[in-house]
Amino acid sequence: MLAFTAKRLGVALLVALTVSLITFSMIYVSGDPAIAIAGEGARPADIEAIRKFYGFDRPIAVQYLDWLAGALQGDFGRSYTLRQPVADVIFARLPVTMILGASAILFALVLAIPLGVLAAVRPNSLADRFALTLAVVGQAMPTFWFALTLILWLGVNWRLLPITGSGSWQNFVMPAIALGYYVTPAVMRLTRAGVLEVLSADYIRTARAKGLRPMTVLFKHALRNAIIPVVSLAAVQFGFMLGGSIVIETIFQINGLGYLAWESIQRKDLPTMQAIVLVLSVIYVLLTLLADLLNAFLDPRLRVS
Amino acid sequence: MKRVGLIFVGLLLAACLVAAPAIAGKKDDTLVWATDRDNPVADPFYLNTRELVVIGHHVCDTLVIIDPNTAEIKPLLATKWKWASPTSLEMELRKGVKFHSGKVLDADDVVYTLNHAANKDNAIANFALLSWIKDAEKIDASNVRINLRNPFPPALAYLAGLGFIMEKGHYDSAPVKPDGKKDFGAVKANGTGPYKVVEVKPGDSILMEKNADYFKDGFKGNPKISKIKFRTIKDGNTRAAELMTGAIDWMWDVPKDQAERIKANPAVVVENAKTLRVSYLQFDIAGQSGQKFFSDKRVRQALAHAIDRESLTKNLVGPASVVAHSPCHPDQFACSSDVTKYAYDPAKAKALLKEAGFPDGFEFDFYAYRDREYTEAVIGDLAKIGLKPKLNYMQYTAFLENVRKGKTPVAHGTWGSNSVPDVSAMTAHFFSHGADDLTKDPEVKKLIDEADSLTDPAQRKVVWQKALNRIAAEAFWVPLFTYAKYYAFSKDLDFKPTSDEIPQFFAAKWK
Repeated sequence: MLAFTAKRLGVALLVALTVSLITFSMIYVSGDPAIAIAGEGARPADIEAIRKFYGFDRPIAVQYLDWLAGALQGDFGRSYTLRQPVADVIFARLPVTMILGASAILFALVLAIPLGVLAAVRPNSLADRFALTLAVVGQAMPTFWFALTLILWLGVNWRLLPITGSGSWQNFVMPAIALGYYVTPAVMRLTRAGVLEVLSADYIRTARAKGLRPMTVLFKHALRNAIIPVVSLAAVQFGFMLGGSIVIETIFQINGLGYLAWESIQRKDLPTMQAIVLVLSVIYVLLTLLADLLNAFLDPRLRVS
Repeated sequence: MKRVGLIFVGLLLAACLVAAPAIAGKKDDTLVWATDRDNPVADPFYLNTRELVVIGHHVCDTLVIIDPNTAEIKPLLATKWKWASPTSLEMELRKGVKFHSGKVLDADDVVYTLNHAANKDNAIANFALLSWIKDAEKIDASNVRINLRNPFPPALAYLAGLGFIMEKGHYDSAPVKPDGKKDFGAVKANGTGPYKVVEVKPGDSILMEKNADYFKDGFKGNPKISKIKFRTIKDGNTRAAELMTGAIDWMWDVPKDQAERIKANPAVVVENAKTLRVSYLQFDIAGQSGQKFFSDKRVRQALAHAIDRESLTKNLVGPASVVAHSPCHPDQFACSSDVTKYAYDPAKAKALLKEAGFPDGFEFDFYAYRDREYTEAVIGDLAKIGLKPKLNYMQYTAFLENVRKGKTPVAHGTWGSNSVPDVSAMTAHFFSHGADDLTKDPEVKKLIDEADSLTDPAQRKVVWQKALNRIAAEAFWVPLFTYAKYYAFSKDLDFKPTSDEIPQFFAAKWK
């Protein structure tokens, strides 16, 4: 188990490093950052001064290593435009994105697990068809379009919920639905498949034979076993939501990490972009690692390979 | 399943029962305006965005101001001024003007601010626009002298645009950045303007409050609306939704199709107004890109005749847009449209191409960065006369880099002149052999240099006319059209758009 953990940890670290290196290089492919910072209408002399000031005139490799050395000590540098240490900015915004991610995954689980169980208990019934339709629609519908539809109905036409901001819990209702719905299908199908499989297992027959009530069999015996892979899927999806909330945060104007990422890309705020990518990829990699270890712990067969 | 559904419906109902409406509108006497850009500081010298120019004109005052309706220079903090010599401007200050801090404005404040801005080391964001200032000196408590590096006749227009006056010592309290330099933009805003900054939430909003002590009978009048809040809302559809629900009161840069849809909403007013931005085609005259077609005047003229600019303005840009004939905005001082005009005439365009030796047209690279639909309309017209433009559409930064390296045979650019209503803010920028000049015509430069050394407006106009005549006759550029902007705002708001793109919220009121 220890060797397995060490190996996974090493791979996770390499993934995070590679991601940061790729982002760093991509910034330069999309144009001169000094021109971007100077803004439209700036004169060449101003641009040259900015290039020197921020050290963009140094070789890219030197700039990257310089940044990496700082990052390893927890110093992500200062944001060019926000005029604050990047670490402060990120940790101020992280909770908002966490709340959004957590409420979205909660919405997904609350919707998907009961539907998945229902579909498994009565395969090919009307309920199963309904669940399948919901899954297909959720997978096919672009998130931004769904978000705008929610805004149109819940925000503009019925005036039930505030459209933008992150000041109260009501602000999170629409974004959580929009973000959570996208992962609902995967969770639902996995629950359905798991419960279906478990329901045909011998110990379920035994439980039934003992004369337990059908509900007890379903929830205490079947679901508990079927839910294990769902838990690890949810962990990975949670990581995906933190990184994938850019669109949702932008549409609902939520001041989280995803929105900060989008802003930083537009402003060519290199230190902030770098740090966000690193933080998000580390979180994602950690969650994946956690899921891996959890699975390995639950299923010894995985440890051998 | 049932239970989940019930919980969900319950949550929604609970939300609607306690949902507090956002503070905005007539009822709260708070005007909320929103754009897609975020403005982490409130100092117009230290962030180069349109929003901060707008906020700057609300929080601070300039020495003089331009009346956007007549393009005339009007008094603001200075009541009188005269040119003591072509490089020396003397100004008398208004008496009894107070900063938000309570201090009374005097010559020391003006001298401090202008010297701060004119010092390159202080790195104000738009340094180039005030770099003509050599220094400023105090004559007495209410008179100052501004010394120029060289004669610069449009000086007053630039002072009016960006010469925001701060209190003496304003930047002394600036925090020091880790690199040892001072972070001037981080200082709390303090001006003499009709509104004062109350709160800055980086990435979210800037709140201003009415300045009850604002001086009477000035150009800006007395502020009427209690609070003005700027908000960043990235997504255009979200902004429109917020406007329709009354969570914001004002937005601009609305795309034409969306403007036409919003118009149907009875709570919203939509207006199309002109702006100083001009769209143009710039040619690689010297052939440095390796595609030498555009060194030939007949080819350039062919392109000018091939584009149906009239239809572009009418069908795509908006009713307030007009065709441009000179590389400047017709509302700018000395920008004349009385030059060689190239009417839409595809047959003539084809004949010119044939004459130049390209009866079947040719393939070339076409660079653009903004408003793709306009670019594609231009390309469509060029294709009709047999040309094969290859579109390279990119971000502004990459576009500018390519232009400056001479890699663009044809560049479809736009220029907003930093809202300065003077021909020099655009034509001189592109034709005085600077980084953005791909023409580098010695004769045009000579004329521009001559024109911009004359302080007499009438004489200046005459020489500028000659420069513009040559540019048009040689078809160095194909000026396309002026931009028009769609504004959308609450029907409760009494607001008039101006062509300088500096919305005057200080003059707005509730109906």
